[in-house]
Amino acid sequence: MSLLEVRGVTKAFDRTPVLQGVDLDVPSGALAAVLGPSGCGKTTLLRVIAGFERASGGTVTVGDRLLAGPGRHVAPERRRVAVVPQEGALFPHLSVAGNVAYGLPRSAPRRDRRVAELLELVGLQGYEQRMPAELSGGQQQRVALARALAPDPVVILLDEPFSALDAGLRASVRADVRSALHASGATAVLVTHDQEEALSTADVVAVMRDGRVVQAGTPQEIYRTPHDIDVARFVGEAVIIPATVRDGVVWTTLGALPLAGAAADGVGMAVLRPEQVILVPEADGLPARVLDTVFYGHDANVMLEVRCPGDVLMPVMCRTQGDLPRSESVGVRIVGPVTWFPKRPYDVMPAGAQDAASA
Amino acid sequence: MPALLAAAVAVLPLGYLAVRAGEGGLSTAVEVLLRERTLWLVLRSLGLTAAVTSACLVVGVGLAWLTTRTDLPARRTFGVLAALPLAVPSYVAAYAWISAFPGLAGFWGTFLVLTACTYPYVYLPVVAALRRSDPSLEEVSRSLGRSARATFLAVTVPQLRPAAAAGALLVALYTLSDFGAPSLLRYDVFTRVIHSSYRASFDRTPAAILAILLVVITVAITVAESRSRNRGGTARLGGGVVRPAVTVTLGRLRAVAMGLCLAVAAVALAFPAGSLGYWLVRGASASFDVDRLVSAATSTVGVSFLGAVVTTALAIPVGVLAARYGTRTVRLVEHAAYAGHALPGIVVALALVFFGIRFARPVYQETPLLVLAYAVLFLPVAVGAVRASVAQSPRRLEEVSRSLGTGVWTTLRRVTLPLAGPGVAAGAALVLLTCMKELPATLLLRPTGTDTLATRLWTETGSGAYAAAAPYAAMLVLLAAVPTFLLTHAQTHRAARSTDGVDPRDVMEGGSR
Repeated sequence: MSLLEVRGVTKAFDRTPVLQGVDLDVPSGALAAVLGPSGCGKTTLLRVIAGFERASGGTVTVGDRLLAGPGRHVAPERRRVAVVPQEGALFPHLSVAGNVAYGLPRSAPRRDRRVAELLELVGLQGYEQRMPAELSGGQQQRVALARALAPDPVVILLDEPFSALDAGLRASVRADVRSALHASGATAVLVTHDQEEALSTADVVAVMRDGRVVQAGTPQEIYRTPHDIDVARFVGEAVIIPATVRDGVVWTTLGALPLAGAAADGVGMAVLRPEQVILVPEADGLPARVLDTVFYGHDANVMLEVRCPGDVLMPVMCRTQGDLPRSESVGVRIVGPVTWFPKRPYDVMPAGAQDAASA
Repeated sequence: MPALLAAAVAVLPLGYLAVRAGEGGLSTAVEVLLRERTLWLVLRSLGLTAAVTSACLVVGVGLAWLTTRTDLPARRTFGVLAALPLAVPSYVAAYAWISAFPGLAGFWGTFLVLTACTYPYVYLPVVAALRRSDPSLEEVSRSLGRSARATFLAVTVPQLRPAAAAGALLVALYTLSDFGAPSLLRYDVFTRVIHSSYRASFDRTPAAILAILLVVITVAITVAESRSRNRGGTARLGGGVVRPAVTVTLGRLRAVAMGLCLAVAAVALAFPAGSLGYWLVRGASASFDVDRLVSAATSTVGVSFLGAVVTTALAIPVGVLAARYGTRTVRLVEHAAYAGHALPGIVVALALVFFGIRFARPVYQETPLLVLAYAVLFLPVAVGAVRASVAQSPRRLEEVSRSLGTGVWTTLRRVTLPLAGPGVAAGAALVLLTCMKELPATLLLRPTGTDTLATRLWTETGSGAYAAAAPYAAMLVLLAAVPTFLLTHAQTHRAARSTDGVDPRDVMEGGSR
C-alpha cells in the first residue's frame, strides 16, 4: 500500500513544460530516491509535493488525503510534508534548539525533551545552544533533518541534501541520515542526480527524464534490468555492443551470451556492466589489448580492445578488483546474463553492428 | 491591501496637484507656460543641472579612482572624508559660503555649493564598482597585449559606467529639486520661483503649473537615463572572492593628486566648518536664546521620528511584496511608491498645501500633514531598504517554515522580519536623518508656531542674521553627521565584502531635498 501517490502530475512555467505526467508511488516507511540529470524536473516535482508550486494537472495524495488535484491546493503548512533543502537552510537567527523546535507548537508538552531526542537521533546531542554559523556543513544538514522530523510529518522531502558536502563527509552523513530516517519510521523522498547516492541510500528508485518517471523499482532492478539504454547508461557504467537475439540467446561479437529476462527475436543492442567482464590468461578467453587503466584503490577500470572473431576490434571496459594486468595482451570472458534492447529508429549502431547481425 | 494604501499615499499629491493646476483652465496654463520668463527658467534650471552633474562626474570618478586604485598618501582617510559631504545639507553649505562671500549669490555660488554637496552620489557607487570589479579581467586584457591605459578605457571604464550613470542621475534629480541652496544663494531656478510665486500672489495656479512642469522634466530625465542604461552587465563564472586590484603607482603626480584631494575636502568640508565655527564664536557674544534652540531641536527630532515610523510602516508591505512577488499589480504598486523619487520636496509640499486647505482643514499646518509629506518624499528610501534586505534573506527559509506547519503571516513574523530587521532599521534611520534635514516641505507644512532647526536656519539666514543662524546649523550638522557616518561606513564595508553589492540608491538618499 503506497503512502505517497503522485498521478499524472504536469507543470509548466511560462508554457515550457517541466513535468509531463509524473507517476510516483512510495510505500509507507520507505526511502525513495528520485534520480535524474539536472533539468529533468525532479526538484519541481518535489516542490509540487511540498505545495510550494501548484501543479498544472494530476493529483498528489498522501494516505487517503488529496493534497493537490483539480481545484484543490492544500497550503504547504497544512500538508504535514517537511523538507530538507539543499545546504540545510537553517534559520540563521535561531539556535540549533530554536531551529529544531520551530515546527513544534509553543504549548507542546516536553518540548525540550523532544528537541534533545531528535538531536540524539541525528548524533548531535548537546548542540542545543550552538548557532548555525558555528556548525560544519554536515552538522547543519543533520540539524535540518532533525528540524524536519520534529513535527512528526507524514512525508519528508530531501532536495539534494548531500551535494554541498565534500566526498568524504558525504558518505557518512548519508548513512547517518538513512539510519535516522529508518529509526523514525518516516516516509521520505530523496531527490538526487548522483546515481551512486540513489542506489546506495534508497529502498525504491524512480528514474526521471524529460519530466517523466521512466522507470521505478528497487536499486537492483534498476541496475540489473534497466528499462532502456539511456537508463542503463545513466545508472552506471555500461558496455554497449550490437547484438541479435535468437531463441532466447544474445548473439554478439563477443560470443553468445545468456539473456536477462525475455525478448522477442530481433536486431538491437546488449548492455553489460564492466564488472561482468573478467580478465583471464590470454589463452583462456577472447584476445584483447590493454589501452588504459584507471586505478581507484578499491577497484580499477581497464579499457580494452577486444579482437573478436572476424578480426573486428571492439572497445570494452572491464572493472577488476584483482591485480592490474601486467602485460598488454590479455584474455577476456563475459559472465552473467546481459540486458538486450531492440534497435530504435534513431539509434546509431556502434561499429561492427553489421557483423554482429550476420554472425 | 496595506500596500495599496501606501501606493495611494504616494501618488495622491501628484494627482491633486494636476487637478489644482487644471482649475485655472487651459488658457491660463498655456499663458503661464508660454511666458518668456518660463523659458528662461527652464534654461537656467537645465543649465545648472548639466553643469553640476558634469562637475560631479569628474570629481566623483576622479576621487574614487585615486582612493581605491592608487598609492595616494593617506588614501583611507581621504576615502572616508570624500563621503562625508553627504552629511552637510546643501542649505547649510550655502549659508556657510554666502555669509562669508555675499558676492557668490547667483549661478557660480549655487554651482559650487551643489557640486560640493552632491559629488558623493557619484563617488560612492563608483568606489563600490571599482572594489567589486574583477581584476582578473584587467589582467587578461594586459596579457592579451593591451597597455595599462588602453585596458582602463576598454575594460575598467565600461564596468564603472552603470554606477557612474546611476550616481549622475541622483545628482541631476537632486539639483533640480533642491530648494535650500538656490534660495539662499538667490539663483532663480524652478524650486525658488515656485516658492516665491506661491508666497507672493493670491492666485496660486501658476505655482501649481510650474510645479507640474518641473515634475515632467524630472520624470523625463529619469526615463531617459533608464532607457540609455546598458543592460548587458558583466558575466562572471563561479562565486569566489574578488581579489583586490593592483595599486597604480602615481610617482611624481602623487603631490598633485594629494593637492586635488585636499582642495575638494577644503571646499566641501573645511570651509563650511570654518565658516560655521566663525559665526558660532561671533554669535556667542551676542545674546542667544538656548530655549529656542532646544525647542527647535526637540521638534526636529519629534516630527522626524514620527516621519520615519510612518514611512517605514508603509514601506514594509510594499517592500516585502516587491521582493517576493513579481506580479504586475505588485510592480505597479512599487512604481507608485517610487513616485517620491521624481517629486521635488517643494512640489509635494505645495500639493499637500492645496489638498490640506481644501479637504483636510483640521490637519492643515498640523503634524499629521507634515508627516504625510515625509512619507510621500521618503517612501522610496524605506521601500528600497526593506526590499533589499528581504530579498537577501533566502526564500527557501520561508518555504521550510511553511512546510513545518507555519502560516504565511506567522512566517513573516518569525522568519522574514527578524532576518530583514537590521536592514529595515537602517532604512528607518536613513529616513529619520533625511527628515531632519528636509527643508521645503517642513517650511510650508510645519505646525503653526513650531520651528525646526532647518526652518530657523532658513529664516535667520534669509534676513541676514548669520550669527543667529549658526547654532541651528551646528546642531543640525551634529545630529545628522553621526548616523550618516555610521551608514556610509556600513555601506562601504558591505560593498567590499559581497560581490553583488548593494544598490547605491538604497543607501544614498542621505541628502536634503
